[in-house]
Amino acid sequence: MPTSQPPKGPVPAPPPRPQRPPTSAPAPARTVEPCTGAQSLVRSLEAVGVEIVFGIPGGAILPAYDPLLDSTKVRHVLVRHEQGAGHAAEGYAQATGKVGVCMATSGPGATNLVTPIADAYMDSVPMVAITGQVPRASIGTDAFQEADISGITLPITKHSFLVQDAEDIPRVIAEAFHIAATGRPGPVLVDVPKDVLQAATTFRWPPTFDLPGYRPVMRPHGKQIREAAQLIARSGRPVLYVGGGVVKANAAAELRRLADLTGIPVVTTLMARGAFPDSHPQHLGMPGMHGAVAAVTALQRADLLITLGARFDDRVTGKLDTFAPNAMVIHADIDPAEISKNRTADVPIVGDCREVIGQLVDAVQVEFEAGRRTDLTGWWAQLDGWRQTYPLGYEWPTDGSLAPQYVIERLGALVGPEAVYVAGVGQHQMWAAQFIGYEHPRSWLNSGGLGTMGYAVPAAMGAKMGRPDATVWAVDGDGCFQMTNQELATCALEGVPIKVAVINNGNLGMVRQWQTLFYDERYSSTDLGTHKHRVPDFVKLAEAYGCVGLRCESRDEVDATIQKAMEIDDVPVVVDFVVGKDAMVWPMVPAGTSNDEILAARDARPAFDEDDV
Amino acid sequence: MSTHTLSVLVENKPGVLARVAGLFSRRGFNIDSLAVGPTEFPEISRMTIVVSVDELPLEQVTKQLNKLVSVIKIVELERPQSVQRELLLVKVRADAGQRGQLLELTEMFRARVVDVSAEALIIEATGTADKLAALLKVLEPFGIKEMAQSGMVAIGRGPRSISGPGVLRPVDRQTA
Repeated sequence: MPTSQPPKGPVPAPPPRPQRPPTSAPAPARTVEPCTGAQSLVRSLEAVGVEIVFGIPGGAILPAYDPLLDSTKVRHVLVRHEQGAGHAAEGYAQATGKVGVCMATSGPGATNLVTPIADAYMDSVPMVAITGQVPRASIGTDAFQEADISGITLPITKHSFLVQDAEDIPRVIAEAFHIAATGRPGPVLVDVPKDVLQAATTFRWPPTFDLPGYRPVMRPHGKQIREAAQLIARSGRPVLYVGGGVVKANAAAELRRLADLTGIPVVTTLMARGAFPDSHPQHLGMPGMHGAVAAVTALQRADLLITLGARFDDRVTGKLDTFAPNAMVIHADIDPAEISKNRTADVPIVGDCREVIGQLVDAVQVEFEAGRRTDLTGWWAQLDGWRQTYPLGYEWPTDGSLAPQYVIERLGALVGPEAVYVAGVGQHQMWAAQFIGYEHPRSWLNSGGLGTMGYAVPAAMGAKMGRPDATVWAVDGDGCFQMTNQELATCALEGVPIKVAVINNGNLGMVRQWQTLFYDERYSSTDLGTHKHRVPDFVKLAEAYGCVGLRCESRDEVDATIQKAMEIDDVPVVVDFVVGKDAMVWPMVPAGTSNDEILAARDARPAFDEDDV
Repeated sequence: MSTHTLSVLVENKPGVLARVAGLFSRRGFNIDSLAVGPTEFPEISRMTIVVSVDELPLEQVTKQLNKLVSVIKIVELERPQSVQRELLLVKVRADAGQRGQLLELTEMFRARVVDVSAEALIIEATGTADKLAALLKVLEPFGIKEMAQSGMVAIGRGPRSISGPGVLRPVDRQTA
């Protein structure tokens, strides 16, 4: 057992790590130990199974860092910016399915966590953020490094706690992890005043939950399942519209069974890439603003949407009142507030996707065995037609520069589907979602809802620490990369050999694309100078951070450069892929228009046979 | 748009009002009236919230409210099946000559005079918003010096309770 004495006097040199007695006897069922609030916090983190905490110490959180030094179970990773801690916790959580943990001090430390907390909220990432707070007596006095972080994060957390009594610490930590991980996952903030961390208390485990208002519904209603199964059996143009909830519920295997049983086409949203194998013949690809023509059109022409853990986001629906106009909607989600929020559901199902899909398989089986089944041959003929006529593709730049899509496509082909790919936000993110083939859930991480530039490098670090045996590639843009690349220092020193493919087009590419299309090619503040001036030089930057820096500027170097990066596994690698600045993401549904207006490429609206409808 | 009365049982903890109020403003709903007070359980408070919204957005706001960890239960109280009351304290200009007339009016509205001074009376009245508006209308000619009015509180008619035994049993007291 770690030391149970309160600290005496000024902080001495760290004591030797306590030796665990080699005992084979089972631990007592209940633990009761006198200690400080800080020790109670660390013991609680150990007790809920935390392996890694990403953070930066500072005044108010300082007491917690002292017992952290002694913990043999919890590894603290010192990052370079609190935003990096937050995204690393997200990457860890998304890659492993466990709760990610980040820690920061009061005031600016806490406010630097706001972006990752908002990001985790939008993408339903299980995360616990622990912040120091000024002592209780100073709260509300504008004390040094005081910020009302629980107030600031009220709209972007699933729940938050301001700990007022050290005795509450074990219960609060247990509740925070329970809330973050269950139901619709999300970020939970635990704000702990410094004097609470310093107070003498007792660590009691296990604590008793006091959450009378928290009861997530896991099991779906049998009647709704049967109704959904009947609709599925009757539908001639159904589509499985699969969202990130399927990944979160670990329901990929159940989804595969449902798809194989029914033969229904599948589309996977940006948050669900990998939930269903891209190699599967029923997979039409990603729907939405930059989705595949076949995926977008399948939703538009469907007579039934089987919506699983998706939320009818505006990037998927386009102009809402023209989205899938002839479709009945089955909507399964663990969050009742998502159902009928944007699109009215004909069959609402509240429940965990794994339960829902498992029960749907059985219920559809019953329908099929009773001879109720609709032939999908005609539907598939249409779908295959769209798929063959409008496959994903790209053109090489006419100025002789490297096509960014080619780089990403080769990366996916050479690195393969066992790796984890982590994207930033922008053109490179869309290309990485389009041109890399995903076969497994949790092999694709990105910032979907909030669209946080700078997500990739720290999230890749967190993912690699959570899954050290996996190859982790960040696919980043030159704009995104400059927002959070300081975490390369953390990667180099902590031995986290991530790989970063910087798709360097010298510009804020997605913004530039919109300026090309909608602002008469008036390029206002989108040139980052990473081409013209090579500032910064990403190779030198990588080397300065203790990483290997590589550069690739032509088509014939692409494979060799990726291979070289793959051969290095002891230090992080950054590859500066210098690509053309004029490449655009296609297909595209212009913002605010109907999905029917999808452009397969510039000025190329697919010529649908309107009689098909 | 129609008016809806929501009874919301919440944990009696600091910050819960901010969570509820913040949710309404964030989702773009205006609160017409809000009253918070204790219940028969010390650990539970009751909020009575009156909002003007259409049916569909009301369902959305109710679902979003239900997601708040501090919210235990939400019940919509329909007007005929519930008793709805507001409290009004109004200070009316009244010299000796007007007192009699005012006392008569007070009687008619089943209100009470709770303070008397040389130039003014304080009248206390409870009732529906309509009744209090009617009272204010007849008091207006005398001169209203000051008034304070509470948000609405409401409770369902009949023997059933939204917070009674079995309903608010400490649910889900699980062990980690």
